[in-house]
Amino acid sequence: MNEKKPHIENVAPEKEEAGSFRLIMTLTLAGLFSGILLSTTYVVTEPVIKANKEAALREAIYVVLPGCVEIQWVWEENGVLVEGDQPPEKAESWIYKGVDQNGNLVGYALPGEGAGFQDQIVLIVGYKPENDKVIGFQVLDSRETPGLGDKIFKDKAFIANFNNLNTDPSVEIVKKGAKTKDNEVEGITGATISSKAVVKIVQESLNQWKPLLLKQAKENE
Amino acid sequence: MDNLIWIFISALLVNNFTLTYFLGLCPFLGVTSRLETAFRLGLANIFVMVITAICSYALNEWVLPFAPFLRLISFIIVIASSVQFVEMALKKLSPDLFRALGIYLPLITTNCAILGLALFSTNKGYGFTEGVVYALGAGGGVTLALVLLAAVREETRLLDIPDIVKGTALNLIIAGIISMAFMGFAGLFTTV
Amino acid sequence: MNSDETSEGRNVLLKGLWKENPVLVAVLGMCPALAVTNSAINALAMGLASLFVLMSSSFLVSLFRNLIPKQVRITAYIVIIATFVTIVDFLLAAYSPVIHKELGAFIALIVVNCLILGRQEAFASKNRPGMALLDALGMGLGFTGALLAIGVIREILGSGSLFGIDLFGANFEPWVIMVLPPGGFFTLGFLLLGINWFTQRSIKEKENHG
Repeated sequence: MNEKKPHIENVAPEKEEAGSFRLIMTLTLAGLFSGILLSTTYVVTEPVIKANKEAALREAIYVVLPGCVEIQWVWEENGVLVEGDQPPEKAESWIYKGVDQNGNLVGYALPGEGAGFQDQIVLIVGYKPENDKVIGFQVLDSRETPGLGDKIFKDKAFIANFNNLNTDPSVEIVKKGAKTKDNEVEGITGATISSKAVVKIVQESLNQWKPLLLKQAKENE
Repeated sequence: MDNLIWIFISALLVNNFTLTYFLGLCPFLGVTSRLETAFRLGLANIFVMVITAICSYALNEWVLPFAPFLRLISFIIVIASSVQFVEMALKKLSPDLFRALGIYLPLITTNCAILGLALFSTNKGYGFTEGVVYALGAGGGVTLALVLLAAVREETRLLDIPDIVKGTALNLIIAGIISMAFMGFAGLFTTV
Repeated sequence: MNSDETSEGRNVLLKGLWKENPVLVAVLGMCPALAVTNSAINALAMGLASLFVLMSSSFLVSLFRNLIPKQVRITAYIVIIATFVTIVDFLLAAYSPVIHKELGAFIALIVVNCLILGRQEAFASKNRPGMALLDALGMGLGFTGALLAIGVIREILGSGSLFGIDLFGANFEPWVIMVLPPGGFFTLGFLLLGINWFTQRSIKEKENHG
């Protein structure tokens, strides 16, 4: 940490009570050593860690936006949506825009998080403003009960609810087998709270971004 | 406000540091033979946790963006030294409180629950108020767990228990049962 | 002389494995022992990460044991340990992101594992680097073994699988409680109980024979 200190040769031989100079020296050297070691490791691993994180993010987005090959970051500035190929510096939250091979819009991936049964649930949904529908869904992080609450990402039937799910006027949760309209999600038996929480988080995300996305879609027409 | 209540309840009951994250087990099993001691240890814990929350927030906000690889080292050193500083100040300013928290303050500094709090609250991206509320909840939760185990242990002292179960094995099994009871708190504050 | 040294080395190595096993006998480092042992693979990863940190810090502490003044030794040990833990954290995040995500903040919490600081204070600071390495290897392997035992029991009972391979087929109803926090307390509690029973029985047998 402090490289200007003199060398260790000046240190007096072992005594019962080491002087404060020696104490400071020892800790400085320990700090210096750890600083060198850590910054080296950091420089070596940082690009790999960054690439891993980005790969994981891309993978999740490709799942919720089928057919998407390229992503862009989208955030809000003064009530208008702005696009960029880097995460924004100023905005606190952002979404991702997915484009397919031919450069056509697949949809937007909206991240969301909120209280689940046990702890935070972090998820991402694919949304298509064109027909106002949710087209994909994935849970990124949760600590829901194994065997019950973890069905929010293990139960294929539950996940299938989010394929072509109408979001107009809002996404609703109903009991298993009681689905009659295309804006309804069938809950999971034995994991009512977890599945309700998921729908609530999805709806909150939609509330935040849908009006902006729809407004933009209208202006582009 | 809703969010703050959720953070508090979640740290206090649903995701209790001791009973679901197994943090702070050493004092949990070591110092809980008497109710009084357990309670004071818990109070000291809350105290140190709030200091930790403030320190780790400050570090995370102003120092660590420039040197992320120093996160762990700086947390542990800053927590240890600030607790020592507070201890000295407390001795001068409020001898009563110092006597109540007594020897537990330095002991707690190296407790994994404290470092755990700093790590979890910065991982979750909590701001200042959220961090302090989280620390209060987590500290309260640790206190609650300590007091509950101590109370059960005081009751078992007069029972005729086979030799092989006595000691840590029994404490762990009791802790398991308390932890099972705490599972019932899950979903308590999911606003759906 | 030479054979004395070899046998001493063997004793130093072996005591951590069974007689002074950090988790099962000394009951140290329980936080990681219970928190991440809900599957065998997580338990193994945590054990190996701790082993690496323990061996590197023990070696270094032993190497500089005469240079570190007494008053600041704990601080120096913690700086050394925290350095190696941060290195493990970065390496896992870079080369094994799945395990890193599973273990989460508990990798960082290796710093406050009392086992590691305890070995520096009790052994590495008083012995030659070679011995310190052997001691760290024994203790680290003992720790890994205990973690793996807990992880295997919890995974088999709690999810009906081992290292992710399904063991019993679809008819097995897993004891979900075993992979939840209470299962950790119960598994270690009953393991300790079993060990107590075993040691008491062998003491009694010795008495009967003698």
